[in-house]
Amino acid sequence: MANVYTELKTPTTGAYKQPTGLFINNEFVEGVEKKTFEVINPATEEVICSVHEATEADVDIAVKAARDAFEGPWRQVTPQQRGNLLLKLADLIEKNLELLASVESLDNGKSITMARGDVGAVAGCIRYYGGWADKIEGKTIDIAPDMFHYTRLEPIGVCGQIIPWNFPLLMLGWKIGPALATGNTIVLKTAEQTPLSGLVFAQFVKEAGFPPGVLNIISGFGKTAGAAISSHMDIDKVAFTGSTVVGRTIMKAAAASNLKKVTLELGGKSPNIVFNDADIEQTISWVNFGIYFNHGQCCCAGSRIYVQSGIYDKFVAAFKKRAEQNKVGDPFHPETFQGPQVSQLQYDRIMGYIESGKQEGATVETGGARHGDKGYFIQPTIFTNVRPEMKIMQEEIFGPVCAIAKFDTEEEVLQMAHDTIYGLASAVHTKDLNTAIRVANSLRAGTVWVNCYNLLSHQLPFGGYAQSGIGRELGEEALANYTQHKSVAIRLGGPLFG
Amino acid sequence: MEVDLTAPNGRKWAQPLGLFINNEFVKSSNEQKLASINPTTEEEICSVYAATSDDIDTAVAAARKAFRDPSWKSLSGTERGALMLKLADLVSQHAETLATIECLDNGKPYTTALTENVPEVVNVFRYYGGYADKNFGQVIDVGPAKFAYTVKEPLGVCGQIIPWNYPLDMAAWKLGPALCCGNTVVLKLAEQTPLSMLYLANLIKEAGFPPGVVNIINGYGREAGAALVQHPQVDKIAFTGSTATGKEIMKLASATMKNITLETGGKSPLIVFEDADLDLAATWSHIGIMSNQGQICTATSRILVHENIYDKFTEKFKAKIQQLSVLGDPFEKTTFQGPQVTKQQYERVLSYINIGKEEGATLFLGGEAAPQKGKGFFIAPTVFTNVKTTMKIYREEIFGPCAAVASFKTEEEAIEMANDSTYGLGAALFTKDLNRAHRVAREIEAGMVWINSSNDADFRVPFGGVKQSGIGRELGEAGLAPYCNVKAIHVNMAA
Repeated sequence: MANVYTELKTPTTGAYKQPTGLFINNEFVEGVEKKTFEVINPATEEVICSVHEATEADVDIAVKAARDAFEGPWRQVTPQQRGNLLLKLADLIEKNLELLASVESLDNGKSITMARGDVGAVAGCIRYYGGWADKIEGKTIDIAPDMFHYTRLEPIGVCGQIIPWNFPLLMLGWKIGPALATGNTIVLKTAEQTPLSGLVFAQFVKEAGFPPGVLNIISGFGKTAGAAISSHMDIDKVAFTGSTVVGRTIMKAAAASNLKKVTLELGGKSPNIVFNDADIEQTISWVNFGIYFNHGQCCCAGSRIYVQSGIYDKFVAAFKKRAEQNKVGDPFHPETFQGPQVSQLQYDRIMGYIESGKQEGATVETGGARHGDKGYFIQPTIFTNVRPEMKIMQEEIFGPVCAIAKFDTEEEVLQMAHDTIYGLASAVHTKDLNTAIRVANSLRAGTVWVNCYNLLSHQLPFGGYAQSGIGRELGEEALANYTQHKSVAIRLGGPLFG
Repeated sequence: MEVDLTAPNGRKWAQPLGLFINNEFVKSSNEQKLASINPTTEEEICSVYAATSDDIDTAVAAARKAFRDPSWKSLSGTERGALMLKLADLVSQHAETLATIECLDNGKPYTTALTENVPEVVNVFRYYGGYADKNFGQVIDVGPAKFAYTVKEPLGVCGQIIPWNYPLDMAAWKLGPALCCGNTVVLKLAEQTPLSMLYLANLIKEAGFPPGVVNIINGYGREAGAALVQHPQVDKIAFTGSTATGKEIMKLASATMKNITLETGGKSPLIVFEDADLDLAATWSHIGIMSNQGQICTATSRILVHENIYDKFTEKFKAKIQQLSVLGDPFEKTTFQGPQVTKQQYERVLSYINIGKEEGATLFLGGEAAPQKGKGFFIAPTVFTNVKTTMKIYREEIFGPCAAVASFKTEEEAIEMANDSTYGLGAALFTKDLNRAHRVAREIEAGMVWINSSNDADFRVPFGGVKQSGIGRELGEAGLAPYCNVKAIHVNMAA
């Protein structure tokens, strides 16, 4: 029997059984080349364990399993039964919430409180798509009395899904929900930084009763397993969440191989706009959450803050005070808000941007250095006196670092907000009814928050304009990523031509 | 407020007897009761409290209060849906008891109740539970000067009156969309079948619905039903039952201009074309009129057969009935057909059979009462042939195991005969010809058409009638519209 499990411990669960194999055909297996890689605890910098690594050969095996399932047993499962399996899975996630959250905190470094929130959201998302499964309808279209026209929405087939490390379980839920509800099968690659929670989750997929091969979850690296997925000739669609740079690579590989359908959810440099009439106290709490939530590791983080000149000084002073109140520390401490960044690489990258900000002449209002001396912790950081062309204003930092700039008029701030290659999210803080709607309608971003930030729902579509992505996740819209239309035209009359 | 019952299959349960208001069972205001008769034995099962108009006031007030209370009003669609999913799970866990009560009270076979009716309830609650957070409004772009959007709002307190032929299913069809859309409900059960939904009421409380959201009462149509339909604090009435009562309700509701949906009677035609697969047609013709003791609103009770295959078809139809329609105690596994629901219905069906004989139709099969062990409201499955379209048994809804078979020569004649009715609920047609199937389906005046089957409804597909078979649709996504108000909101952006 292959060594595909190990025993681990967390402060909240005590000892638990951690699968380490590749989850293919409802079983955990070793990789063909028997490679493994280490998983690091970002709070302690120590190795947690090793997991099996999927290489190109393993991707082939997983794709075959998904293809066989798609052509065989999964086709026989009715939409209602698909929905019921997802509802069952959602119940199992809720039942095992503490375990999943604990593994997430251990591997990713997010606080246990935030992790519990994430897992609750995963269950909600899966339950939501479970409810969609038997409500995906085509149309009949009345064109002529001697014809009968109708459309069907059919699954695409085998879907490759590549997810990031910032919300390992939530990103998994967002991907599998709509894909399974619509009848596809999946090969999902988790991020190499955070492979553990997906493997624990995989056990519940089998327990819920999904047939083997419908959902395959593999650990591996982007350059090997991820590349193999993007260029695979028998994968019909690839969905990716991650950096814009990698998104481009995936799109190129998809085009070069079999023109598989592509949806991408990429980076952002989202503007957070505060007007003079905003409620300062409430706004501060949202702006703080907007950048420091998940340690700044959010694609939609409000990292560029624009404050109208009338309240600028007051705002900066109050926000600095608020930022310094964020509790940074041990993810398993119940009061912790901000844990460590996910890896050494990310830590170095963020510190590099902080250096660049200082060198380009921006002012550090607070933070700007490491927190503590062990673990990848960074102090919540604020830059002011920024110029739009600075690196810290143009490039995605993906850490607890924001920049604040001043503006005078609505026209001016819209121009400043749009000075970016991205368009994922944005926010407007104001009490004025019309300003809120008018500015929301003008912003070129996939999500606009008014008087809040980072509030997502499985019911509301999410995705980017411009180089922040292609397609929308969540809500009814996500179903379109995983279905294709077939038009059927039945002639009820005789011949038209001689 | 409850009595311990034991059914012939050995199952025991505590049967609630009260009016279910605010998640509690209470007596009627004057302690009046109505008796529930077991149609197999003709004996009384028990008596339940019957609502007076004062009790209707109490129930409606509870529903109105609950509608405004944050415990229901402030729930998100997802949370409402979660309650409904929980209820579906509980119904599934209590399947055997619910099926037992249904069989005892209504007379339908236990196996049918367990394998069809209870699962239907589970499916409908789960389906509409899944819709609760997927009922969208629109944003309509009319230009920058206006931000226009619509929201779907619940109507308020819904009075729902259901019949006795599918006590559990009909309750689910009504509660599902109403609760999904955020309404509160006063559900009046049929006086012939008051028991099964009282048991289910306990599961509603257990699932976590706040008090007053669902109120379930028994009572007489003329008293409790009429009070509900006229009550000024009820925002909407939904009724399933006879066309005659439906018209009464429409009249009563007009005084306060209530929003109403009605699902009433039918005399649905089943057309067998010359090229039909006759075995298939016979199988479904049997299902279409002999299931549920013929007590189906969509029963395909008028069978129109092409003259060239008339004799061949009627022989196969007869053989199917003789093979499958085993009369007996509904608790026996072999029973296909139980008793009619009450003495009144039994006598009504028998009188139509006599009329058929008097009108000169040929009695091809059955035609008389068929007591089991000397008891029960059983009627032999009956078929009349050589039926003329002027006959009463051809035009009027019998609501029993009695089919009228007529013949036709051409497709045009079949369509004309099919449409020659004040009803328009269901219809069925049998043919192998692709063109004919879709073409004729479009020509028939009915809310539903089955091609090569009959009475093959599905909770995801809209259900309802045209003409005097009803107003509005139930089931599927279409079932949501009758339970929402579309509110349009205009924000002036030019201000």
